[in-house]
This record gives sequence, structure tokens and C-alpha cells, in this order.
Amino acid sequence: MNYTAPEREIMEYDVVVVGAGPAGLACALRLKQKREDLMVAVIEKGAEIGAHILSGAVIEPGPLNDLLPDWRDNPPPVCVDVTGDELWYLKKAGRTRLPTPPQQNNHGNVIVSLGALCQWLATHAENAGVDIFPGFAAADVRYREDGGVGGVIIGDMGVGIDGEPKDTYVQGIEIHAQVTVLAEGCRGHLSKRLIQKFKLDADSDPQTYGIGMKELWQLPEGRVQPGKVQHTMGWPLDKDIYGGSFIYHLDNDRLAIGFVCGLDYADPDFVPFEAFQQLKHHPMIRELLEGGEIVSSGARAITEGGYQSLPRVEMPGAVLIGDAAGTLNVPKIKGTHQAMKCGMVAADHIAEADAADGFDQCLRDSEVVAELHKVRNIRPGFQKGMWKGLVTAAIETLTGGRLKRTLTNHADHSALRRASEFEAPDRGWVERDLPPRDRLASVYFAATEHDEDQPIHLQITEPEVCTTRCGIEYGHPCTRFCPANVYEMVEETDGLRLQINASNCVHCKTCDIKDPYQVINWVTPEGASGPNYQNM
Amino acid sequence: MKILVGIKRVVDYNVRIRVKSDGSGIETDGVKMSINPFDEIALEEALRTKEAGKADEVIVFSAGDDACQQQLRTGLAMGADRAVQIQCDQPLQPLTAARAMLALAQREEAGLVILGKQAIDDDNNQTPQMLAALWGRPQATFASSVDLQDGKARVVREVDAGLETIEVNLPAVISVDLRLNEPRFVKLPEIMKAKRKPLEVIGLEELGVSVENNLAVSDYTPPPTRSKGIVVDDTGQLVSELKNRGLI
Ligand SMILES: Cc1cc2nc3c(=O)[nH]c(=O)nc-3n(C[C@H](O)[C@H](O)[C@H](O)COP(=O)(O)OP(=O)(O)OC[C@H]3O[C@@H](n4cnc5c(N)ncnc54)[C@H](O)[C@@H]3O)c2cc1C
Ligand code: SF4
Repeated sequence: MNYTAPEREIMEYDVVVVGAGPAGLACALRLKQKREDLMVAVIEKGAEIGAHILSGAVIEPGPLNDLLPDWRDNPPPVCVDVTGDELWYLKKAGRTRLPTPPQQNNHGNVIVSLGALCQWLATHAENAGVDIFPGFAAADVRYREDGGVGGVIIGDMGVGIDGEPKDTYVQGIEIHAQVTVLAEGCRGHLSKRLIQKFKLDADSDPQTYGIGMKELWQLPEGRVQPGKVQHTMGWPLDKDIYGGSFIYHLDNDRLAIGFVCGLDYADPDFVPFEAFQQLKHHPMIRELLEGGEIVSSGARAITEGGYQSLPRVEMPGAVLIGDAAGTLNVPKIKGTHQAMKCGMVAADHIAEADAADGFDQCLRDSEVVAELHKVRNIRPGFQKGMWKGLVTAAIETLTGGRLKRTLTNHADHSALRRASEFEAPDRGWVERDLPPRDRLASVYFAATEHDEDQPIHLQITEPEVCTTRCGIEYGHPCTRFCPANVYEMVEETDGLRLQINASNCVHCKTCDIKDPYQVINWVTPEGASGPNYQNM
Repeated sequence: MKILVGIKRVVDYNVRIRVKSDGSGIETDGVKMSINPFDEIALEEALRTKEAGKADEVIVFSAGDDACQQQLRTGLAMGADRAVQIQCDQPLQPLTAARAMLALAQREEAGLVILGKQAIDDDNNQTPQMLAALWGRPQATFASSVDLQDGKARVVREVDAGLETIEVNLPAVISVDLRLNEPRFVKLPEIMKAKRKPLEVIGLEELGVSVENNLAVSDYTPPPTRSKGIVVDDTGQLVSELKNRGLI
């Protein structure tokens, strides 16, 4: 920029929380409950609280009972008690019912819209005195003179695609704080930067991830059985891809259907979005959906590394909580209760110590990490395929994770095999007719929006890789793993060019994770940009 | 001079509208709500007028239940001085809304009322005109440029034939079009300041207005969905397919 920006305006807080997901909101509310005198701010990049939240979600209500003992008298807007569990192994046309593993027994749990729950939780936090700012992205870290984290810098608004300020330009302010709490969720972009800078992952395995896609459907009357929880494994996934689907029956004829698959898949031609759409055409699911309509849809990455991949969660002036740290319990496919508990442990620590120091030990001594330790070998067991994984899962479950072994995790981006080395199996995929037709049609249901005249928030650090090596070695997998069709290779007279349709981005972070060369860097666009999920 | 600006809470323009399954209205559960985009432009114009020293106070108002306080607070954070919520538990039809605005304009002795040309929910485009008539004051609709000088407003209007420039005496009602300005972003510290700005809640009846519904909505239906397309091999097939469907 040619233009010299004036000094940024400053706001002072005791604690600034980045991200209004379950982790950040539980932390902020708990802080105020413990220490009314603390000034606490929460920054959220979504236009509204919950606008960027996408989850299942069957949740364990434990942390809610702690945080808001009377919550059931005034529950979040979407909240249905689980009435039963089913686990199915699918083949292309058939299905077999499997016994529900103990981790997936949902007795006593509730099905919610996590987005709606966050909005509800935010109201509680605001009433307790927390300042919540939706529509503002924490774009950068503010460092103290001693090199520690001293808050965040809010992204500027009204900068053109050329990097020059427009008429509407507003400079982002600095929020200074004693403690910065990073609650950005899976693959947070400031969290990623800080994990690298402070080498927080020096003693842990690389983090591993999955991609989750979800659609909320409105179905013809009477088909939905409120409270019913269904999961599937098997078709349409190959045996060596970890994943499956969830089908949660809500009230008012609404059904949440989603699909999660591990991002450690090897096939460069694999299209996760297509696998999800295929699944919907399995006879068992198709008969549920036919004649209904989609209310909202989207995608979000999910952390799967668990215990082995948990980085150090404190650094000078800041802590990592929830999925930004990686507290999700994969065998249970539940991260919400863990994220909330983790946020509360952080709040208790900060309220007492007035500092970040000591939080890492605190978390490792808590039931959050105990829960991760118990199931630590289940997900890595699936690296050798589904059946071996199931055997490992059975052993680990029977022994309660007490065996001395700990299996290791590998970075997902290194799992992709060269196009020439991989021959995709015949997946027997079918012709589809349920909506959405394609990824663009799906993005439409995410109601995602970005001003097109702003710097592209998907930074390619070495653009020549895309048009040279990547084409030969992997055949441009970004054009396939992105669930929103953001990346396209277009033919020009002088060769191929990578076109980035940044305004379609749903902020799932998959590209930042799976790109085999790690040249894609996701940064925050202008605040309030991105999806506008409805009851996701 | 005081400027009154109307702000309506509507379903955000990015949201895909869905009709309720019983056809009784639009689904708003879990849906993002925003300030009607034209009203944001109206407020921006009022703020610029005040910043140019041509007005003393900008008052935003909205008629609705307590949910609309969220939009009023956004208006305050953009820079309005105070807010008035005209409390009512059902959406007002244009004539009742215009009567409520009249009562407020008279109470505040407003020098100017700036409104969006229409709200994107019902697209009525009637309220500003009705207000001007009830008030007995001039109106300048579809404004794409506004210039206040010596108790008059010079307004460029977007009309079918192009642009039309008119001059109206104040007090007047101006309704704004899309090209008038680009509304500002809210600054984070202003949100904190807005929490401390006055927001008055007054009942519709207290303003001496009663609800009068002279329009009845019979039904809401979504537009027909597009049927699946086919790919034709050549123009010959295209022509015969169109003929088969009775389209040519
Ligand atoms: C498809 C899917 C299904 C799932 N199903 C379940 C389930 O059934 N049960 C369950 O318990 N869990 C489930 N989970 C996991 C659960 O959703 C997560 O574990 C949980 O949401 C993590 O909470 P969090 O607060 O750490 O992060 P998030 O919920 O991701 O929240 C992070 C928030 O921070 C904001 N943010 C990020 N970066 C910035 C920034 N720089 N500036 C400002 N704001 C920022 C984001 O917009 C977001 O609102 C599922 C996840 C997925 C993807
Ligand atoms: S561009 Fe990246 S973050 Fe955005 S939707 Fe695609 S994969 Fe997700």
C-alpha cells in the first residue's frame, strides 16, 4: 500500500477471546461468572453469532449443566432429546445394522443446532457483561514489546482487491489484552501462525483433520422421527478412507444430514463433496430425503488428531482452546462438550492466575485430556483401513485405552499420492438427482457472501507451483477437495491459470490443510464476510 | 434541524427466502435479519448531512417488536444520535406505518424525513409517499443525489427516462435509491458507544395511532422451480424440442 496508515485506535480489555464458538463463549461466560471485575471481549468474524458455525450436532450436556444449571428451563431454540441410536454398515444397495459402540451411545444427549446454541449462549454471556462483537475478524496478532502476545488486530474494512483503501475504508483497531484466548476452531489462522511461531507442536504429532459437510433439510410431514440418531459407515467410501455419515432427526420435520471423511485420503482425484452426494442416493437415505428441500448447507474441517496431536496450549500472553487446540473426541465424533469444558478450564485458570502461564499443565490434568487419552489409538488404527480400524477400536475400547502403546499421526497433506501412482477403485457411484446439482448450487444454500472488491483471502505463496509441478504430480487436487468450487484451472492462450473464486468460500479451511505443497494460506477476509448458515 | 430516518428489520438480502410450509408467510426462524439496505443508505445520507453541518440531530426509528432494537443499535453505531422504537407486535401495513411516522415527525418537529424507497421484504414502495401526503409536505422520491441549501433540498431523482432534478421546500420527505451513496462500515468502538446512546420505546397507541389493516394477504407461494434441462445435439433438435413443447 502506498498509503501510510495512521496509528490504530486501541481498546483495552483484560481478556480478548477470538471466536464465538462453544469454546470461546463458554470461556467468556465462565470468566464473568468467576470474576465480574474482568473486562472480557469476544471477536467473531461471522456477520452474526452462529453464522459460521456448522456442526452435527448431538452434544453431551455436561458442561451446560455446569455453566447454566437451569438451562433446561429456557433451552436453546433447537434442542431435542436423543431417543435412539442406530449404526449402519452400507453397501451400494444393501445395509447391515451394527451394534452401537459405547462411545457412540447417545443416551442422555441432545440434538441441537450448534449455531443456534451459540447465539443463545452469546445472549447469556452478554447479559453477564461480556462485550461480543460479531462481524469483526481478528486478522493479526498484536505482540507486546517482550515478544509475547498482547491482543489482536482487527482486519481493515473497505480495502480494494488492489490493496488500496476505498472510499469506505475503515482501519481496524487494536484490542489490547492481558490474556488472548484463541478459540478460532479447527485450523484457526492466527492459531496456526502462533503454533508455528512459538513451536507449540514441537513435542506432538502433526495435527490431522477431516472434512465435514452438512445439509439441513425440511421434509414432508411425518417422515422425521425427532430424537433419532443414525450413523453410517462403508459405501460410498473406499475401505481405506476413514469416515461416514450422520443423520440426526430434529423437530418440525427437519433433518440434519452430514458426512465426514478423513483428510488423510491418498487418491488425488477424490472429491469429498461427490462422496457426500453419493451417500444421499443410498436407498436408505434417498427415501428419507426425496420430496424435501434444503434449508442450509455448508462445510467445515474438523480436528481428528486427538491426544497425540494436542500441541502445547499456552504461550506468553495467550492460550489455545477448543478445536483451535484440537480437543475433539473423534470416536465419539463430538467436540462441543470438550471445547466448552476446555474453555471453562481456561477461564478458571485465567480468573485465578491473571495470566496464560500454567494453563498447559492445567488442561493436561483436566478431564478434557483424560478423555482424549482414553481413545487415543482408535482413529490412528483406521490408517490401515476400515476393518483393521474396527479391530483396534474394539481392543482399545475393551481395555479403556490402558494399553501402553500410542499409535502416531501423520500430516494429511503428505498422505496424497501422485496421480501416476494411484489407481482409484471402481466406486460404483450412481447418477444423482437429489439437489444440489453441484458445488455451486450447494454454495447457494450456504448464503455465503464476500465483497468481490477486496484482497483475495486465499493466498498462494508460490503460484508457479500450481501451473507447473502440481498439474503433473497431482492434477490440481484443489479443484476437487474444495467443497465450494473456489479453485478452477482455466485454459488461457499462454497456458493454464489458477482462478480463485474467493467469494464462494465457506471458510471450511480444507485447502489450507490438504494442499500437498502447503502453498495455500487461508487468511481472514473482511469481517462479516463468509457463510450465513441457518440453524446449522 | 432534526432528521428522522426510518429503519426496518428485514430478512438479509443474501438469505434465500423460503415460504413456510403452510403458505402463511416467510420462514424467519434462524434467519439472518438486517437493516433494509435502502434504509442504510437513507441513514448514511442523514449522517453525511449532519457531518456537513446542515443538521443538528439524526434520529433513527423503527416500528416493531423488541427484536428491532438490534437494528436500531446498529443505526446508533453508524452514528445516529438517538433511537425510537415504536412498539407493535405485528408488522405494520404502509398506511399505519405512515401514520406512525407522521406522529413522530410532528412530535420531533423534524425538518427532514429520509426513508428507503422501499423495504425489500414486501417491496411496497408506498410509505414515503403516504407520509408526505398525510403530512402535507413535499416529497422527493428515488433520490440519487441530495443537496440541502437555504431551507430547500435539491434532489436528483432516478426516473424511467433518466435523471430528473427537483427542488422541494423543507420540511420534506425524501426516499432514497441505491446509487445515492455507499453506507459506511460500523467501527468497533462505536458499538460500545451506541450501547450508551438513548433508545426510547413508545407504544403505537401512545403516538395516537391504531392499527388498521386494509390489505389482506391470502397466500404466499414460492416461484415455480425450474425443471431439469436437456442437452440438445444440434439446432434441428432444438427447434423440434421447442415445437414439441408448444413454445414456438
Ligand atoms: C460436520 C460436523 C459435525 C459435527 N458433529 C458434532 C456433534 O454431533 N457433536 C459434537 O459435540 N461435535 C460435533 N462436531 C464438532 C464441533 O462442532 C466442534 O468440536 C466445535 O464446534 C468446536 O468448537 P470451537 O468453539 O472450538 O470452534 P468453532 O465451533 O469452530 O468456533 C470457532 C468460531 O471462531 C470464529 N473465528 C475463527 N477465526 C476467527 C478470527 N480470526 N476472528 C474472528 N472469529 C474467528 C469462527 O467464525 C467460529 O464462529 C462436528 C463438527 C463438524 C464439522
Ligand atoms: S477455499 Fe478453502 S476454506 Fe474456502 S471453501 Fe474452499 S476449501 Fe474451504
